[in-house]
Amino acid sequence: MEAFVSLAGGLAVAIQPANLLFALIGVLLGTAVGVLPGIGPALTVALLLPITFKLDPAGSIIMFAGIYYGGMYGGSTTAILINTPGESASMATALEGNQMAKAGRGGPALATSAIGSFVAGTIATLGLTFLAPYLVDIAVSFGPEDYFALMVVAFVTVSATFGDSPVRGLTSLFIGLMLGLVGIDILSGQSRLSFGVPELYDNIEVTTLAVGLFAVGEALYVASRRHVHEEKLEAVRGSLWMTKEDWKRSWKPWLRGTMFGFPIGALPAGGAEIPTFLSYSTEKRLTKYPEEFGRGAIEGVAGPEAANNAAAAGTLVPLLTLGLPTSATAAMLLAGFQQYGLNPGPLLFADQPKLVWGLIASLFIANTMLLVLNLPLVGLWVRLLAIPQPWLYAGILVFATMGTIAANPSPVELIMLAVFGVLGFLMRRFDFPIAPVVVGLILGPIAESQLRRALSISLGDPMVLLQSPISATLLTIALIALILPFFLKGLGRFRAVED
Amino acid sequence: MSQFRKGLWRSALAAAAVAGFVTSAAAQMELKIMAPAAPGGGWDQTARSMQQALTQSGIAKSVQVTNVPGAGGSIGIAQLVNNSKGDGNQLMVMGYVMVGALLTNKSPVTLDQTTPIARLTTEYEAIVVPADSPIKNAKDLAAAIKADPAKVTWAGGSAGGVDHIAAALFAKAAGADPTKINYIPFSGGGEALAAILGGKVTAGISGYGEFESQVKAGKLRLIGLTSAKKTANVDVPSIKEQGIDLEIANWRAVVAAPGISADQKKALTDAMDKLAKSKEWQENLKAKGWEDAYISGDAFTKILGEEQTRTKEVLTAVGLVKS
Repeated sequence: MEAFVSLAGGLAVAIQPANLLFALIGVLLGTAVGVLPGIGPALTVALLLPITFKLDPAGSIIMFAGIYYGGMYGGSTTAILINTPGESASMATALEGNQMAKAGRGGPALATSAIGSFVAGTIATLGLTFLAPYLVDIAVSFGPEDYFALMVVAFVTVSATFGDSPVRGLTSLFIGLMLGLVGIDILSGQSRLSFGVPELYDNIEVTTLAVGLFAVGEALYVASRRHVHEEKLEAVRGSLWMTKEDWKRSWKPWLRGTMFGFPIGALPAGGAEIPTFLSYSTEKRLTKYPEEFGRGAIEGVAGPEAANNAAAAGTLVPLLTLGLPTSATAAMLLAGFQQYGLNPGPLLFADQPKLVWGLIASLFIANTMLLVLNLPLVGLWVRLLAIPQPWLYAGILVFATMGTIAANPSPVELIMLAVFGVLGFLMRRFDFPIAPVVVGLILGPIAESQLRRALSISLGDPMVLLQSPISATLLTIALIALILPFFLKGLGRFRAVED
Repeated sequence: MSQFRKGLWRSALAAAAVAGFVTSAAAQMELKIMAPAAPGGGWDQTARSMQQALTQSGIAKSVQVTNVPGAGGSIGIAQLVNNSKGDGNQLMVMGYVMVGALLTNKSPVTLDQTTPIARLTTEYEAIVVPADSPIKNAKDLAAAIKADPAKVTWAGGSAGGVDHIAAALFAKAAGADPTKINYIPFSGGGEALAAILGGKVTAGISGYGEFESQVKAGKLRLIGLTSAKKTANVDVPSIKEQGIDLEIANWRAVVAAPGISADQKKALTDAMDKLAKSKEWQENLKAKGWEDAYISGDAFTKILGEEQTRTKEVLTAVGLVKS
């Protein structure tokens, strides 16, 4: 009950006209930068920090939070419409969302993503309000061995889901794992597979890979196919809005996505990508329309989008309660707090209740603003698809290149974008799924470094993976997920014989 | 510390007085400051705070900040040395971390090729343990390390960085073999902090700012700072005062391009001298919680040389650099 009173007090702070204005500026800026691949909310907050030095702390931190939530919305818009994930957490959205857009169902895809984000953001912010102190204890008790076990679960569930052929899916995954080895190894400080190119020392940028494979690869593929058969894109087929059926198929994925996103986002090394992958795999397994997956299934947009936004709220749990920044944007928010002499940490809730609750309340407001801003824009956005294909894809190429240069002004980065583009084209041409490559690049290095940390702490004893209860539970889940499909298949065959 | 700083002021004042005739030229300066890192990190924040203070106080007419991220500054310094030769308006922010990064990355470009200008700030390293740890002070930790260095796990920042070097120096000062330390690098400060709070490691090592609020809340026990003497902001004597001979600081500084004239170097040094004294810069230091460690000219060049030698020794000893 105490939390309710505090939250009401926070709302009073957040609905002051000046703070509402800051929230509005924040969500607008955030949406704009989320749309551009490469320029994320972290960069925007970094560039704004010196400017906001003179502003009122509450106002500018509310604005930063608006940028954070806005970025998550903007990223999914480009993922759905032009298959260019603005940030890595929108990748799972691009898989089904872009297929829907191509089938003239861009409207419902954008709508389910916006409403799903709102629902998940709201539930997760509620979770932040009431569960933060409890959740954080669990989050801190997660050791390296537990993270490794979580990665194993992610690998098992995700790799089984992508593509129709497991061999092709695994091939793609291993390309990603190999790319993940490039750069300075975090544990030994030595560089691997970077061939003396200094730009490769800092590992391969996930957005460069994702944009190259998805956007550039697709542009090349479409160009190569134009003479064979012209793909007719229809901007709108059927209703622009979500039908009753769409709602029915969306609401459960929204809730399940939130259940993945919030707790994993709250883990200090959890991140927003893993819950989106887990949500996508889960929806693919649970759906009543498996034949639609890969061709534009609305569940595949609703779930990951909800997971993505819930994770964004989850990240604020360790930030506000422990002062632990667990994402680049959270690190910038932390710098924002420190600029005003505020130290996020165990004492922040007690020392600065007005500010913290004002921030939490403004998250609710930012979320509502984003929904109100985005829904009417759906009709405008889908017109993008009516642009003639050569122009549209030329635009996408310019857009992808610009975003990459803005994030990392180096010729090497551009060469990588082009190489990944060609790779994406070849994979599409020969029917290899591209998403597992990005999954491998994201999960591979985390799994490797966490396992090595765990073994380093245990002095090389692998039993540490089974001694930790969290790790043992997660590994059991992974084992079941691995064996169950074979078992069910065997059972099915057995029954078939009986019949 | 205050005595030391007073001395610095005096030398800075003297330098400013001697160089009085270039003051008017300096007022017209159009500076470019490169932060060899992505926006948001320590070097970037230093560059942007400099930009703010230099323009607001009128020391420079304009200041442009650029970011050249990558490989602990290896890419930034290569660009400075190769593309800005003789450019008297170009500065680059750098720090102790770059000294180690250039060595471990086998960078073809070294700091000797740049023109050192001034050291600006410093932050001491702090060693902490979980609140319920049996280790109470630096002596306990030293004894544990001496008994078996591998059993004492350290959580800190990137391999070869200042945290890693400080942990190795601690082991050496404790009389243990620094090559045997069990140092576990984490990518972000937050991740390392979570591992320490969760009791996954024996000790944590990082800049004090990372731990301050946890120490105050009683969740972590501060073993000590790596300063020469106890500083005013903590209750615990420094590690050196506790009898372990360890002194190290993570400093940030500015260097200029190679091949600039003596006059250009002087103009830049004067501008930094004035910056260090300006009200705007001092306010910035306070807001960010950075310790003023201003020192310029030959004194800084000497420190830079010493730090390079010491770092190379330590990194070779822990096996990160093959001599």
